[in-house]
Amino acid sequence: MALEKPYQDIPGTIVFDADMSRKGYHLNQFFMSLMKAENRERFLADEKAYVDEWPLTDLQKKGVLEQDYNLCIEQGGNIYFLAKLFYTHEQPFERAVSTMTGMTPQEYRAMMLSGGRPIEGNRSASENKGNQ
Amino acid sequence: MARITSAVFSSHIPAVGAAIDFGTTGNEYWSPVFEGFEYSKKWQADNVPDVIILVYNDHASAFDLRVVPTFGIGCSEEFESADEGWGPRPIPPVQGHPDLAWHIAQSVILDSFDMTICNDFKVDHGLTVPLSLMFGQPEAWPCRVIPFMVNVIQYPPPTGRRCFELGKALRKAVELFDEDLNVHIWGTGGMSHQLQYKRAGLINREWDLNFMNTLINDPEELTKITHPEYIREAGSEGIELVMWLIARAALGSQVDEKHRFYHVPASNTALGHLILEKAGS
Repeated sequence: MALEKPYQDIPGTIVFDADMSRKGYHLNQFFMSLMKAENRERFLADEKAYVDEWPLTDLQKKGVLEQDYNLCIEQGGNIYFLAKLFYTHEQPFERAVSTMTGMTPQEYRAMMLSGGRPIEGNRSASENKGNQ
Repeated sequence: MARITSAVFSSHIPAVGAAIDFGTTGNEYWSPVFEGFEYSKKWQADNVPDVIILVYNDHASAFDLRVVPTFGIGCSEEFESADEGWGPRPIPPVQGHPDLAWHIAQSVILDSFDMTICNDFKVDHGLTVPLSLMFGQPEAWPCRVIPFMVNVIQYPPPTGRRCFELGKALRKAVELFDEDLNVHIWGTGGMSHQLQYKRAGLINREWDLNFMNTLINDPEELTKITHPEYIREAGSEGIELVMWLIARAALGSQVDEKHRFYHVPASNTALGHLILEKAGS
């Protein structure tokens, strides 16, 4: 019997579980390669050529090249590995995270300063349906 | 005999380390965070242990997906600061305590906790930011530190119950060590935060404050929290809080609260901090 995934109804959340880890193995190891300065230089000099050296899917490559961080997460990326891409682009962590939320960096920062995203209405998809 | 006399709990947010390293702790954004550690730095200066067992997680710095140890213990003499992509933090190297680390590894493995013994790796912000918060910016860290790693990145992390039981085994292991050492245990990470996908920025103040209260007064109750509940209530990265249960159980049931601090936001995260002493120590 397959293990249950009771966390799948949490809205706006992708849990880095076994399935995602398998899907994203090469993508995450690619991110890891950006820990080395010489790799960062090569990547920035020709992003497509560098990415093509890795056995990534087209969607994974698209996520990397377009800095579409939600696409990277959907394709098996883990946030702490993905962060290597933020740093390669010299993008502050909070700003990079804000791009995943559909808010501008200013709106996201204002939300954090006012106490963060509230839990009410964000617990589960079924809870939200019930409120509509 | 060695004994665990105090526990420190703290978030380990990288931006907090950057504020220390770049000297921006006094600005409008960061000063409320660092004011919350003023007492802590004084307490720590008056209570320097021989060894800290520092429970933290690596963030794809020393370990990547090739090997994912659920529990790891650092057994070498020295651990340098990792380069996490913007250069290593300008901090002194961490001096380990191989005698005690190997003793703990053997003791808890024979107690059925299958630790991974780790040598030759670098320590990232998960370990070094709490050190900086408590000790400031010394030339050398004033005590030895045993890195104690927990996987909280690859789901599933160990359960809260398993972490709690491991904490008890750690306490027993330390008390079986012959040398007379004053040991502190630190639990790091948390509190509520979600760094990824569309729900990023989630904070749950009420849940966090209840977690802190319960951690002090009835910690075993927290072992009932399931992984889905951590993720739902405290965010996908809030599940790091299982690490606090190791430290809390290692201290023993009766404690005196010395300090409590909670602040939102520190970057994307709710920062929580506690200092507990073993009652009567």
